[in-house]
Amino acid sequence: MFPQPIEKQSAGAQFAYKSLLPVVLLLWLAPLLAVALFSIKPGADFSSGNYWGVPSSFEGLTNYGQVFFNSDMPRYLLNSFMITIPTVIGAVALSSMTGFALGVYKFRANLWIFFLFVAGNFVPFQILMVPVRDLTLSLGLYDTKAGLVLFHVAFQTGFCTLFMRNFIRALPFELIEAARVEGVSEIRIFWYVVLPLMKPALAALSVLIFTFIWNDYFWAIVLTQGPDSQPVTAGITSFNAQFRAAYHMMSAGSIVAALPPVAMFFLMQKHFIAGLTLGAVK
Amino acid sequence: MTVVSDIPETESWFHRNQQKIAPWLFLAPGILFFAVYVIAPIFQSFNLSLYEWDGLGKAEYVGLSNYEQLYWEYVDRDAFFISLKNNVIWLVMYLLAIPAGLFIALFLNQTVRGIRIYKSLFFFPFVISQVVVGLVFSWFYDPNFGLLNTMLGWINLGPINVLGNENLVTYGIIIAGLWPQTAYCMILYLTGLNAVDPEQIEAGRLDGAKGLRMLWHIILPQLRPATFIAFVVTIIGALRSFDLVSIMTEGGPFGSSRVLAYYMFEVALSEYGFRMGYGAAIAVVLFLIMMVFIAYFLWSMYREEKGH
Repeated sequence: MFPQPIEKQSAGAQFAYKSLLPVVLLLWLAPLLAVALFSIKPGADFSSGNYWGVPSSFEGLTNYGQVFFNSDMPRYLLNSFMITIPTVIGAVALSSMTGFALGVYKFRANLWIFFLFVAGNFVPFQILMVPVRDLTLSLGLYDTKAGLVLFHVAFQTGFCTLFMRNFIRALPFELIEAARVEGVSEIRIFWYVVLPLMKPALAALSVLIFTFIWNDYFWAIVLTQGPDSQPVTAGITSFNAQFRAAYHMMSAGSIVAALPPVAMFFLMQKHFIAGLTLGAVK
Repeated sequence: MTVVSDIPETESWFHRNQQKIAPWLFLAPGILFFAVYVIAPIFQSFNLSLYEWDGLGKAEYVGLSNYEQLYWEYVDRDAFFISLKNNVIWLVMYLLAIPAGLFIALFLNQTVRGIRIYKSLFFFPFVISQVVVGLVFSWFYDPNFGLLNTMLGWINLGPINVLGNENLVTYGIIIAGLWPQTAYCMILYLTGLNAVDPEQIEAGRLDGAKGLRMLWHIILPQLRPATFIAFVVTIIGALRSFDLVSIMTEGGPFGSSRVLAYYMFEVALSEYGFRMGYGAAIAVVLFLIMMVFIAYFLWSMYREEKGH
């Protein structure tokens, strides 16, 4: 193990390390902790200049209550879920098929198609912006959740294909061979042999895509406009306009907007990290 | 990219050729989506960059005049020049996330009690949306009450208005961006460090390698896959920077924190007018810059594939 495990060093070094850890963590998360502190303060603290002191009263429930019952935030949250979940399902479904095709079959265009997906996944959004917005307008899907979902599914298929294909490549190919000898059709091999083995990859991708899509801001402002279909990342700017200079409210709103992917991460940590490393670092 | 896959009529023919046809059937839906929403729009944008178009009326063919305008903006050190310059700063500064991530990973690669929770909490910033990161950092920098200036006040410095200063603003935004990006690189390295071969470390120790020498000669070579991914995601992330600029400054003050991604959006879709063709030309420039890196990544992957 590198660096040398701290247990093998002097008691002094161990103590120093263990007391340094929480200090470094506090510094690392300071900007976030500040927002958490803001979100439980009463508005009066900000006008009286008590920014960093002890809150003069605990107003966490009031502030978060306001976010949930006196703003458009619940609608934005709901929109975010209604955009994110179908996208996850769509992208994972499409890419388990493309990943299977590129991971199992040998044909001449294989690597080129694979590279096309990989390259497409890395292009700047701006080169797609005007045509995608036009397409969405002409499909009558501008400012709808469906319009966003369709685009997200298509775009995420690039990344997901990269991931799925590499994962399927690492599966024991003999299983597929054996099934073919038995005369099992290709579609059944996909469904009954490969798909069950792909469960870890499906989980990893789902968590990761959930976070990516939940956090998307660019496409949200390009393809949607109002509280009817905007997800929370875009909605938070209107929320902040509603509560201009009310830092306790804006802080509470930000925390609510950030929470679902955070919860996702803590619940599915192992899968999340497996996904981030693109399955390449084992 | 279009796929011509004739779905066979007779079942026996299908059965005989199943292994040839099956991959195309599995690929068809994915390729269709990807072609319509990703591949085709790239070509459409290239085409559009030769037109003057407000998004509603008729597009007027203007040849290369959009690019000519960009050239003059470059020469005159106007918006395009500033955006390009800021993109270079982003690219260089953002790479700091890689050594910083490695450093934190080395710091956290221990087995003391509760270390798992520490690792997750350090990773935290990456999970939060950039919109929230942007808001959090705008408050952090706020000249009146921001934590930064409060802390500077303790040592009798400041206040500085990071986001209001033309020379500091881009660096201020990049630091906000480095926060989640460092967390990402950290997790890549932590996973990589898990897989480092203990026997090689022992062998190195016997040869008297320690500390930095050990890191450089024995550990880093084994972390190469992690470093490669860290480079890919950091470079792409730097050139894609949009959310933070949009949330924290909207390109200001006086356009000094614009990057190409943001400038393009501003030109094509904001109150400054709907100049779709001109926006497309900016997007093409950004695309070509990114293509250099994408080509390099693909080349590395290609060599890897052939190596197997």
